[in-house]
Amino acid sequence: MPPAGRVLLSVEGLTKAYPGVLANDAVSFAVAEGEVHALLGENGAGKSTLVKAIYGLVRPDAGRMTFRGRPYAPAEPRAARAAGVAMVFQHFSLFEALSVAENIALGMERPPPLRELGRRIAAVSRAYGLPLDPLRRVGDLSAGERQRVEIVRCLLQDPKLLIMDEPTSVLTPQEATILFHTLRKLAAGGTAILYISHKLEEIRALCDAATILRHGRAVASLDPRRHGTRALAELMVGASFAPPARAGRAAGPTVLAVEGLTLAPAGGFGRGPGEVSFTVAAGEILGIGGVAGNGQDALLDALSGERPSAPGAVRLNGRPVGALGPAARRALGLSAAPEERLGHAAAPDMSLTENALVTAQVRERLTRRGFVDWARTRAFAERVIARFDVRTPGPGAAARALSGGNLQKFLIGREILQRPVVLAVNQPTWGVDAAAAAAIRRALIDLAAEGAAVVMISQDLDELLEIADRFAVLNEGRLTPPRPTAGLSLEEIGLMMGGAHGMHEIAGGPRRETGPAAPP
Amino acid sequence: MIRLEKRAEPSRAWQVAAPVVAVGLTMLAGAAMFAALGKDPAAAIRTIFWDPLFSPQFAAYSRPQLLVKAAPLILIAIGLSFGFRAGIWNIGAEGQYLMGALAGGAVGLAFYPAGGAHIFPLMVLAGALGGWLWAMIPAVLKVRFATSEILVSLLLVYVAQQIVAAAAVGWLRNPEGGGFPGSRNLARYPAASNPELLPGTGVHWGVVAAALAVPLAWVLLLRHVAGFRVRLTGAAPRAARFAGVRPGAMTFACLSVSGALAGLAGLFELAGPAGQISIDFGSGYGFTAIIVAFLGRLHPFGILLAGLLMALTYIGGELAQFMLGIPKAAIQAFQGMLLFFLLGVDVLTNWRVRLRRRREAR
Amino acid sequence: MTDLLFGLNWPQLAAALMLASTPILLAALGELVVERAGVLNLGVEGMMILGAVAGFAAGVETGAPLWGFLAAALAGAGLALLFGVLTQLLLANQVAAGLALTLFGLGLSALVGQGYQGIKPPPLARLEVPLLSEIPVLGPVLFRHDPVVYLSLLLVLATALFLARTRAGLILRAVGEDAAAAHALGYRVVRIRLLAIAWGGALAGLGGAHLSLVRVPQWTEGMTAGAGWIALALVVFAGWRSGRLLLGAYLFGGITVLQLNLQAAGIAVPVELLSMSPYLVTILVLVIMSSGRARAALAAPADLGRPFHAAA
Repeated sequence: MPPAGRVLLSVEGLTKAYPGVLANDAVSFAVAEGEVHALLGENGAGKSTLVKAIYGLVRPDAGRMTFRGRPYAPAEPRAARAAGVAMVFQHFSLFEALSVAENIALGMERPPPLRELGRRIAAVSRAYGLPLDPLRRVGDLSAGERQRVEIVRCLLQDPKLLIMDEPTSVLTPQEATILFHTLRKLAAGGTAILYISHKLEEIRALCDAATILRHGRAVASLDPRRHGTRALAELMVGASFAPPARAGRAAGPTVLAVEGLTLAPAGGFGRGPGEVSFTVAAGEILGIGGVAGNGQDALLDALSGERPSAPGAVRLNGRPVGALGPAARRALGLSAAPEERLGHAAAPDMSLTENALVTAQVRERLTRRGFVDWARTRAFAERVIARFDVRTPGPGAAARALSGGNLQKFLIGREILQRPVVLAVNQPTWGVDAAAAAAIRRALIDLAAEGAAVVMISQDLDELLEIADRFAVLNEGRLTPPRPTAGLSLEEIGLMMGGAHGMHEIAGGPRRETGPAAPP
Repeated sequence: MIRLEKRAEPSRAWQVAAPVVAVGLTMLAGAAMFAALGKDPAAAIRTIFWDPLFSPQFAAYSRPQLLVKAAPLILIAIGLSFGFRAGIWNIGAEGQYLMGALAGGAVGLAFYPAGGAHIFPLMVLAGALGGWLWAMIPAVLKVRFATSEILVSLLLVYVAQQIVAAAAVGWLRNPEGGGFPGSRNLARYPAASNPELLPGTGVHWGVVAAALAVPLAWVLLLRHVAGFRVRLTGAAPRAARFAGVRPGAMTFACLSVSGALAGLAGLFELAGPAGQISIDFGSGYGFTAIIVAFLGRLHPFGILLAGLLMALTYIGGELAQFMLGIPKAAIQAFQGMLLFFLLGVDVLTNWRVRLRRRREAR
Repeated sequence: MTDLLFGLNWPQLAAALMLASTPILLAALGELVVERAGVLNLGVEGMMILGAVAGFAAGVETGAPLWGFLAAALAGAGLALLFGVLTQLLLANQVAAGLALTLFGLGLSALVGQGYQGIKPPPLARLEVPLLSEIPVLGPVLFRHDPVVYLSLLLVLATALFLARTRAGLILRAVGEDAAAAHALGYRVVRIRLLAIAWGGALAGLGGAHLSLVRVPQWTEGMTAGAGWIALALVVFAGWRSGRLLLGAYLFGGITVLQLNLQAAGIAVPVELLSMSPYLVTILVLVIMSSGRARAALAAPADLGRPFHAAA
């Protein structure tokens, strides 16, 4: 552990308001040189706004910052970078059609010629154990490799402070371990790291200090290694923390059977198209984990019917439905809730009433001879709003006007109230506040208790282990055989997830075919 | 500095007000343009917007003309509005209008000089069919080959113009026309003509069709699930697929409606006000209808009003040409400006404008 | 038929091809840069025709064609900036704004051109490249053109180099691929796009002026007759690469010149069929390029036509 050095960055009374929200309310904290400092908080606690202010993307309304002892108020990211602040975003700012070297050049103020840049990329990636081929197209890289591009881009500028926004959300546990290794190496070299996360375990494993944000306020600054996960969680959520208990149930007959479903990759996985086979019984929740971009969206589309397959590849109560479209499947009781709320599950500019019609037309009989019964549709929307505690002025509000959590409650509720036989959901609690996430998980458990089969695709392992009866991992378009959740250890899950992508040089994994060619 | 801030919901008030404000701004800019041309701006605006309707000297002639000019614009714009709402950009309605007129006219002339009540209905059918077929070319190419319907439908306008020209000087030329290009005049062939139904009103079958199309489109768009699917496709294409809309079928449906209605408009114009197929039969209605569709907010009743307004600028423009010597092209520029201002003002529907005192990067 | 084809003066045809291709080549080159920046400006036809009339008027009034070309470029850029303000600052729909540009351009050009119908413009001197223009056959074909033809060829090369080799070109491509990511890196997306739009307008204006001052040479209403739309199609055909744009433009120039010559030669094919052939061929090429395997090879900018607003 590096000794707590001099103060590198200090933030005092930083305030930023958006219409209707106080994103940061007089936040103060300090980061020391060579320190790995966690910024811990729920979704919506104000972490992103805070680091955007530090990185010059947001101009604070009040408050002051100092960096390396001098007043610091970056007007734009360029100024922040010039001062020695670099940032790796959660959603990468990478250009898929451009090469690794071109991407890195775009992130630099005065990049050397591309050939020289390639040499420097190779040097830095060797030094920190981040293998990268400068000439590869970023569109062909895995999520872990893309993160490496971002990190190398930052490191080439020799930053004094590196901000990392939820970096492990796209990584397997093994890849995360390697990332931690890199970050510690950096910190030992004197670079401070501001590490944003809501994952308590990794913060306790990695960070020297932590600032906890809640509702825009810094509620505590402490040493995370000296506090238990539960204490940190309570500081973060602001109330005592009780995971929903799940009563064991006997599974009913199989209702959904998926057999030999191919999820032909859009961008191309390392290996050829894999096959997915599984069954789900009535009253059962099947949890499907895995890192994003491994076929999750394709699997949900194949279940919803947006992606037709061979008729027998998807069977509902024994009946082949693989060739049916979404409306026909819904009529039979196979419903789905996709990950992307705005634009896929809902039309952002349309009202909640209109969005209710999107999936409930057939099962709720909202049309008569093709004419929409708007009164009935509105009543259905109102039922969803009431039953799932959706905070909104009314069913006439546009979908985009709702917060993430409220909209998701509405969308999941829209499917649940139609009493589906099978409900497939993808990332139902992503970007949703803790209370709404708990309500959604509760609703899914209740749905299963009433006899529906639930397929839950998620990247949140804790959530899956909490509510799923069986667990499987989707990796490069292939699904591992599902295993009962009870008694599954983190190591076993890590193995199911297939280890690190392209990290064999370090991890010594046996599968070499997905790795990029190591730079000379 | 001015900053735009996204509204939580589209503003209903601005949805209605934007076209009105745009018309007002266009009048101001138009007045400036007329002044630059050395004309009295007030007189020009009055001649275009007031005299055709209320001047005792001209209203008797101009008022019926209003319906005659508005009908094809409304009919075409109603058809286009479905596609525009769904994000399917048929901008070649002019070509579909021409082909509808040609097909309907050819059917009528094929019967010449026989009489019979079946002839005109058959022509109407052929008109719709001709426009529909011409619109199916971009539809098939888009669905089958993912070719841009924007470019294909537009390029087909030039092809249609050549076909009409070929017909006017070739196989449809009036054998008794003394060698001049142009077909027989349908207005003088009662079984195939589209006459004024109520004397002095300008009402012909095309006006009737437009009057029917407006409420029908309203019911379809806002009360029927088919219209909901159209709106959903435009608002969120992926959500539409999730709801069970097949994009290919939607493309066919929207291009079918716009093609058939444009074809109908062409046939009614040919058999009525125009009378014959000539080399330059195309009058630009298919393009002006794009402005009408947007100005009417892609809403059937809005299109009705916008169509009437745009017809007024045509008639008032002619009057201004005659009375004040304002060139016809000025009216064309005026119409183009209208769309510009509408698009500009439209920003207020979805965004709130805020003045800010200091620069801010967000 | 064969007699007829052999009867045509092929070297003269080849020289005419270069001349005929130049307007669409210029307009398409400009649009290529605009689309690489992620903006779809469907108003090329409007900017071309405004350039045609502005160039013609300025050329006639000053008696110097070069002033005409300058005026045309300025007029095209000005009209394009109107589109830029609407789509980049006021966030209007790009398809609708592009159409508005075309409709407005056609109207305004007809208005401006009132007094210029039936006039001959001042001639633009040919630039005969010394020595090279003396080469038999090839000399007259390649090296006896007006300066704008050479400029267009130079611009093909310059555009290719700019996009592939310069940092500004890299930034422009980045903006077209993912405006939000470019903004996150601190690049001024709106400013870069406005510059690209103005450049596209200037080139479209130049193309229009070449049509009215050199190719035809006179002013008639609606004289671009869809050349702007063909230029848009060419950008797709070229897969957003300037080298292939040259090939495409000369292909279409060739078809235009050939059909005009066949018309003049009185071939037994209806004139109308020949006249519509450039449009039909354009559609055919679009279909081939956008379908199947060819589509995969196309690299359309990922953010093409999508609006961008910096407030995240």
